[in-house]
Amino acid sequence: MLEIKNLHVKLEEEDKQIIKGVDLKLEPGKVHAIMGPNGSGKSTLSYVLSGREGYEVTDGTATFDGQDILDMDPEERAAAGLFLAFQYPVEIPGVGNMTFLRTALNAQRKARGDEEISSADFLKLVREKAKELEIGQEMLKRPVNVGFSGGEKKRNEILQMAVLEPRLCILDETDSGLDVDAMKLVADGVNRLRTENRSFLVITHYQRLLNHIVPDVVHIMADGRIVKTGGPELALEVEENGYGDILKEVA
Amino acid sequence: MAVAEAKREAAEARIADRPLPKGAKWADEARAAALARVRSMGLPGRRDEYWKFTNPATLVQAEPPAASVLETGESPVFGAVDRLKVVFVDGVFDPAQSDELAMEHIEIQRLSEAAGTDIHWARDLYGALETRGQTPVDRPLAALNTALAEDGVVIRATGRAPKPVSLIYLHKSDSSDAYLHHVIRVESGAELTVLENGPAAARFNKVMEVDVADGGTFHHVCAQGRDHERRSATHVFARLGEESVFKSFTLTVNGVMTRNECVIELTGDRAVTHVAGAAVGDGVFHQDDTVFVTHDAQDCESRQVFKKVLRNGAVGVFQGKILVKPDAQRTDGYQISQSLLLDEDSQFYAKPELEIYADDVQCSHGSTSGAIDEDLLFYLRARGVPRAEAQDMLVIAFLAEALEEIEDRTLADELLGRLEGWMARRRQG
Ligand SMILES: Nc1ncnc2c1ncn2[C@@H]1O[C@H](COP(=O)(O)OP(=O)(O)OP(=O)(O)O)[C@@H](O)[C@H]1O
Ligand SMILES: [Mg+2]
Repeated sequence: MLEIKNLHVKLEEEDKQIIKGVDLKLEPGKVHAIMGPNGSGKSTLSYVLSGREGYEVTDGTATFDGQDILDMDPEERAAAGLFLAFQYPVEIPGVGNMTFLRTALNAQRKARGDEEISSADFLKLVREKAKELEIGQEMLKRPVNVGFSGGEKKRNEILQMAVLEPRLCILDETDSGLDVDAMKLVADGVNRLRTENRSFLVITHYQRLLNHIVPDVVHIMADGRIVKTGGPELALEVEENGYGDILKEVA
Repeated sequence: MAVAEAKREAAEARIADRPLPKGAKWADEARAAALARVRSMGLPGRRDEYWKFTNPATLVQAEPPAASVLETGESPVFGAVDRLKVVFVDGVFDPAQSDELAMEHIEIQRLSEAAGTDIHWARDLYGALETRGQTPVDRPLAALNTALAEDGVVIRATGRAPKPVSLIYLHKSDSSDAYLHHVIRVESGAELTVLENGPAAARFNKVMEVDVADGGTFHHVCAQGRDHERRSATHVFARLGEESVFKSFTLTVNGVMTRNECVIELTGDRAVTHVAGAAVGDGVFHQDDTVFVTHDAQDCESRQVFKKVLRNGAVGVFQGKILVKPDAQRTDGYQISQSLLLDEDSQFYAKPELEIYADDVQCSHGSTSGAIDEDLLFYLRARGVPRAEAQDMLVIAFLAEALEEIEDRTLADELLGRLEGWMARRRQG
């Protein structure tokens, strides 16, 4: 599904290397978690994979279903089935949540050569998904994320994911800022989407999320590299001892 | 001295061989007086402070530059609105395409007819609000209009007009130079909405004088035509009585040169005025909103909201002034002008001004100029919306805040829908 090889990324504007050689292979149906200290490059990796401007890939490759994605526009990657749930979802005044979702869904369908969804089907789809995530009509009517609480923004990301049905979901700290119940809602939302050909890359600082979304593989990222890879037990180790031991071990 | 001379020469060149229209004695006098004002002021020149950001040359020169007619094949703007249609072709009233000039609770006539009637209510207004608006700033193109305009409508609302009066300005000739002058009186407690749309002419000079009596309500929504080469100078002069309401919105899309002046005097306590505009310019486009609101009564509210989206070297100008006279206590004045510059070639000039002589007032103004927010753009694209479409969504969202000033949602939605349609068509090339 996703294969990252020897990826090196620097900032376009500055001579600052952020990703310093990442290798990662994500198989269909798998959930990989990435943990790592603040500033280790987790979000940068997710941005580079989804096509944000401002970064320069100096070495390495990233392929999605065998296709090189690094030269694709963000919208092409989205249409190909890649989705990033943002660490900090932006507010978009003046663009209604529903209009936005519908435009996005139809744009992706169009790019894939599918018909646009009818208004009735769209409404039905969104209502159903919103209900599961306990997102009320009022929130759907508002402009995208405007005035949403931190937790509501994160739930809105998952709603978009549920509606767009991507095949590769990157969740960047979707759990941060969520209360216990909201975390459960979000985790259930993610788990509902788990199928044998959909994969997840879950970036998190907390083991707790991984109790709900049980990962197949856990990676520890530090200073732009994946320094250790293991099973779910690695997350427990981090939870208990922090990163100190791991970083010492690999140093 | 030489500058003033040149301005007067420009005026003489413009009025030479243009006899004043003939009408009743009061109209002839008003026109002659206006002509005298033009002669003494001269026409606007490059050095005028009030024209610092807009070169008036093509609005002033004796003959209009040619402007080709845009055939869009689209359904007419406001076409779905139940309205009383009044059609002008290159500035000349066209009875064949117009509805019968009659509607419950209003009196409506062509200007040429009203100006030919000895005893007419319009005599107290024709050129009168324009004249008041000449202080403290000269507006010679408006005086020129009062002197030369033959056509227009005069409307008196005596109750709640059941539907809007829709002025439709068709442009058929490449070289038309049109003047229209409308006089509107909204009587105490009456309500009227006037819609305007269309390019009108190769060069268009329009004046609308609106007198809103105590408790009257007037709404104005204007969509200036999209012909690329058209030029226009428009003036709205409004005087508001006690507890009256005056709201005006103008959409400008395309046009090489547009100057829209709005001069509003709040003369009765607790009057409310909102003036707003949205402009979309691409390439050879210069659009100037110049607004002057005078608070001359207590507890009045004024609000100005102007938004412009500019690309490929388009230029936008906003000059907005709030003048609060000494007795205008508890004035609530607000003004915002914002531009979205889609590239580095485009420019926005803003000159917000407050001049306040009363002590108990609340006035704020702001002006911003910025590019598309890349973070928002990326968010939309990351969800699959192609770049151009994502940018247009953000552009529409930006303009929507100005369109929200239109009270009638149907009208606002129609204009928003048009904008979306025009942008979609543009994307498709
Ligand atoms: N546009 C930028 N300009 C300057 N520095 C940047 C930029 N983007 C990322 N960085 C730097 O790159 C490093 C990695 O940042 P990144 O956001 O990827 O970390 P992270 O692992 O997601 O951290 P956190 O856990 O705090 O979210 C940080 O030191 C950050 O300051
Ligand atoms: Mg991060």
